[in-house]
Formats: sequence, structure tokens, C-alpha cells
Amino acid sequence: MNLALLLFLLLSFLLTAMFGSIGPIGHGTPENIEPMPAQAVLDILTGRGGNWNDTYSVVVLDVRLPRIVLAATVGCALSVAGAIMQALFKNPMADPYVLGLSSGAALGAGATLAIPVSVWTFVVLGVTYQATSAEMLLPFLTFMGALGTIFLVFNIARTGGKVNTDTLLLSGIAVSAFLGAIVMFLLFIKEKQFGSLFFWMLGGFSGTTWASVSVIGPIVLGCLVLTAFYRRDLNLFLTGEDTARHLGMDVDRVKVYLLVLASLLTGISVAFAGIIGFVGLLIPHIVRLTVGPDHRYLVPASALAGAIFLLWMDTIARTLLGRSEIPVGIITAMAGGPFFLYLLRTSRKGGRWLGG
Amino acid sequence: MAEGRRNGAASISVDGLGFSYGKREVLKDVSFSVRAGEFVGILGPNGSGKTTLLNCVSGALRFVNGRVGVCGKDVLTIGSLELARLVAVVPQESAMNFEFTVEEVVLMGRYSHINRYRFEDERDYAVAERAMRATGIWRMRDRLVTNLSGGERQRVVIARALAQEPRVLLLDEPTTHLDLRHQLEVLGLIRELNQTRGLTVLAVFHDLNLAARFSDRLLLMDGGAVMVEGTPEEVLTDRNVLRTFQVDAKIGRSDKGRVIVEVGDVVTRRGPP
Repeated sequence: MNLALLLFLLLSFLLTAMFGSIGPIGHGTPENIEPMPAQAVLDILTGRGGNWNDTYSVVVLDVRLPRIVLAATVGCALSVAGAIMQALFKNPMADPYVLGLSSGAALGAGATLAIPVSVWTFVVLGVTYQATSAEMLLPFLTFMGALGTIFLVFNIARTGGKVNTDTLLLSGIAVSAFLGAIVMFLLFIKEKQFGSLFFWMLGGFSGTTWASVSVIGPIVLGCLVLTAFYRRDLNLFLTGEDTARHLGMDVDRVKVYLLVLASLLTGISVAFAGIIGFVGLLIPHIVRLTVGPDHRYLVPASALAGAIFLLWMDTIARTLLGRSEIPVGIITAMAGGPFFLYLLRTSRKGGRWLGG
Repeated sequence: MAEGRRNGAASISVDGLGFSYGKREVLKDVSFSVRAGEFVGILGPNGSGKTTLLNCVSGALRFVNGRVGVCGKDVLTIGSLELARLVAVVPQESAMNFEFTVEEVVLMGRYSHINRYRFEDERDYAVAERAMRATGIWRMRDRLVTNLSGGERQRVVIARALAQEPRVLLLDEPTTHLDLRHQLEVLGLIRELNQTRGLTVLAVFHDLNLAARFSDRLLLMDGGAVMVEGTPEEVLTDRNVLRTFQVDAKIGRSDKGRVIVEVGDVVTRRGPP
């Protein structure tokens, strides 16, 4: 199962690299959005692209490939974060944004628009940094906004060193609604200035460079490895916290570790790709219908399925309308929603999920 | 305290244990001990502190007053992994809404034995298999736990507890939701494991007759304290049953010499209690 998914992911890298417009967005001629020959992509990826047009090489290696890798990485991160949240809350309706992380991130993104870049200075370990461009600032502040929200929600729900998951869920909803209202208020009063915030909130991968990939890639990879170490703990959470404790888990500590992991995975994704809904809810759920709830199989399968799913959704997002792009968040919801409903109706197990 | 040994040494020792939920005192100065390999039943009316007592012994509740030792280790200071290798718990009812297979659930019992950086090895699978064979669920190992009956599910939970390779088994009314036949089967199984493997058992019972039939010794609790302690013959007297449950009872003997409690009517107290 996992091997098949891995092979399909690699094949998807190759296939999706064939599609898309060549040349700057908005200036492509119809010929320029013809798919590239598969042989060209294969040759370029294996370093034998000399026979092909130089433009092809640049497009594949510097434009499409970083974007493809980022989309796959974010799909992976969101799916695994979703799987963690669903296990912690013992609820298949939980998703990576369940604790209000998306609203906090949006507020962080809003802050970059509201306050001029020149104002932002940070002191880290005694060294003062001056922000020089909005491109640098946006991922940083959204990440801070996301983690700040989690920290806030977490501390509201904490009593005497323990975190009750029900309280956590409720405070997440409340904080999320509050921060979301602030973001909406900003959009309302300064529509022109915050128009780009709206697009950011719909999520997307346009303009991805290798620089972004080199930041997010190692972090996501590290989080995935750590999550894999906690596969049995995730299983135990599904049996209830009391049982988990009796089986030997240090529940209060492990819960914090897993929340940090999920928040990190989601926060870094939001920072580089905006708010992409549905992946974190849908993918672990679909994978669970196929491989069952055992996280020894669910975590790796979700990671791969999430990567494949978001990669193809982004390919659709950047090719469907020819020269202009659709925010990928719209595509994931449009494609994912009906598919999800179809699964719920046809899968015997799916019906029981909602019932019990 | 010395490491608990097979015979004679205390497997569970509770000393001056007190516990309160807020201002409500649930356990008052409870002391008793259970020898290794013994089967001890706890009886008492609702609210007498039976389950709270069990939760203190299992380390699930952090108490302030008194000491609880299991196999010579203090349950409050012992690490959660080490505790799970000594003590396994079978709750009254286990919610199983997720579609794990029977084998996957039983393997969860190995949690405390497996380092998180390695995979389950042959020994883990062998222990799980032995636990499933002992509980008679080996042939249903690939079935989903969500499709099992109450009795089957309880046997899966017991198998998971056995997979922990514990020295002490704590049970909280393990057969309350089962029919007569399954009650006898499950308790018979636990008694057998107790006798063949020397597993120490501390179990909360509601049914006086089941308690008398399977336990070596009984603790009768009332109002957060142990009222009487002793063999079923010593504990289950008409006077004790009347005092704790306010129920009339006739105590007899079966042909096999077992204590039998024939329950009469509820006795309403008159005047100030």
C-alpha cells in the first residue's frame, strides 16, 4: 500500500511537471500552455536536458519543481497534522485548524499588510534584525500568529498542569471566532489594502522558490519522523485517555508533544501556502477507511496520500483556467467535498463513523 | 519494602490511604494488603469508594494522604511505563468506536514493553498470541472490535491486559454488562489465570455471590472505609450485609460448600440515621 503510494507520488512529480504555462503568467500564448513532452521532463530531471530548449529547463527546474515539491510537502504536513488532531480529540471531524491556528495566522498575515515593512524589527538572541521585504516577513509573522494562537488556546485550557481535550476544543473555537472577527473587520474597513489578504486566505503556491522549500522541507521531514515515533501513542489515544494511562502512557506529557508537532506542521504550512482547507480533514479520513485506524499504517499512508492529493489539486489550480490561477483552497474544497460525500455514502464503515 | 515474591510477600499494600474530591472525602484511612497470587474482591454499596480505591491503586488518581505500594514500588513515584509492566487494569466497560482488529488492540498491551524507536518484535507477537489463546479469542484475531459482542470485547480487554505481562490485575466490575454465562466465563478465566500464573487479582464486585464464588478474600467497604475484611464466610454475614446495604439477607451454603447469599427486602431505617 505505502510502496504503491510512494511510486505514484514519484510518478506524479514527473507528470505534473509536464503541465502549466511557460513564460510569465498573463503573457502566455496558447502554444505556451501545451504540455511539455514527458521525455523532456524526464531528461531535465535526470540532468540530460541539453537536447531541449533552455526555457524548458528553467521552467521545470526553477519554476515548476520547487512548486511541486512545496505542494507535496504541505499536503503531507496538513494530512499528518490532521491525523494527529483526529486521534487526540478522538474525533474524525477534527482538522489541523481545529484550535484556531488559521485565524491566528491570518491575523499575522494581516499585520504585515497593516504595518509598513520598515517598522518591523526583531531582536533575536541579542541581535537586531530589520525586515527588508514583505516576502520575508509574511511567512515569519503568519507562523508567529499561528503558534501564538495555539499557545493562548493551550494556556486557557490548562488547569493544574493538565489539559482537558474538551476544554481545549471549546477554547479553540472561541479564540478562533474572536481572531477571525478581527481579520474580517480589517478586511471590511480597508478593503483595498487587504484585498491580497483575502487571496492569501484561500491558499496557494504561486511564486514558490527553492528558498521556501529549503525552509519548510527539513522542518516537515523532522516532524514526520517524530510523529512516526509516536504512532503507538496515537493508537492509545483512540482508546481513551484512562486506558492509555493504564497501558503505560504518560498522557499529559505525550499530549503536549503531539499538539506541538501538529501545530508546527500546520503553522509552517500556513506560513508558506496560506490556509488550505479540507486536506487535513479529508485525507486521514479517507486513508482510515482504507487501511484502518492503526497509526502504524495510517501515518505514513496519510503523509503520502496528502502529498499526492495536494500536488494534483495544485496542478489543476494552475492549469484549469489556462493563464490565470485559481487559489488551490477553492479546488481542494470543490474536489474534496463531493468525493468525501461519495465515500460516506458508499462505504459501510463511513456510515458507521458518523453514527457512532 | 522488599520486592514482592510469589508467596507470602505483599503484592499490593495500601497504608492509611485517604482521598477527597474537593471537600467530599471519599476514602478515609484505608489500609490493607494483598499477597502475591491472591484473589481479593471488594464489595460495598454505591459511593462507598470502591472504584476510587481501585483508581488509587492503579495510579490513575493522585492522592495526597497515605501510601500505595505495588510489588514494593510506590505507585506515585514509579514511572508510568514501569507501573504498566506491573499492573494492568480491566475497566467496567471499554468504549471501542474505532475499527481496530482484535490483534491490534491486544498488541497495544505491549506499549510499555516496546521502545518507541523500534518495531514490535517476535516476542511481542508471541506474548500477544499467548494472551489471545488464553482468553479464547485467537481465532477472531482479525475481526474488528467494533463487531464484537460485549462478552467478546471484554475478553479482548483482558487479553490486552495479559499482554502487559503484569503481576497484578485490577478489575472494576468487569462483568456488569455481561449476561450470566459470560459473567461466569470471564470470571472463571480470570480465576484460572490467577491460579495457573500466580497473577494477583484485586476486583470490585457488585454481585455478592460472584464475589464469594471467585475470591479468596473479601473487603467490605462502607462510607470510604474498609468495614470488614476476611474470607467470604467471615465477611458475608446477614449482619454485615444489613449494615452496609440495608438489605435483609439469608446466608446459606451450597452443596459444594460455597457461601450463598439469598437477598431479601430493603430495610428502611427509621428515626435518625
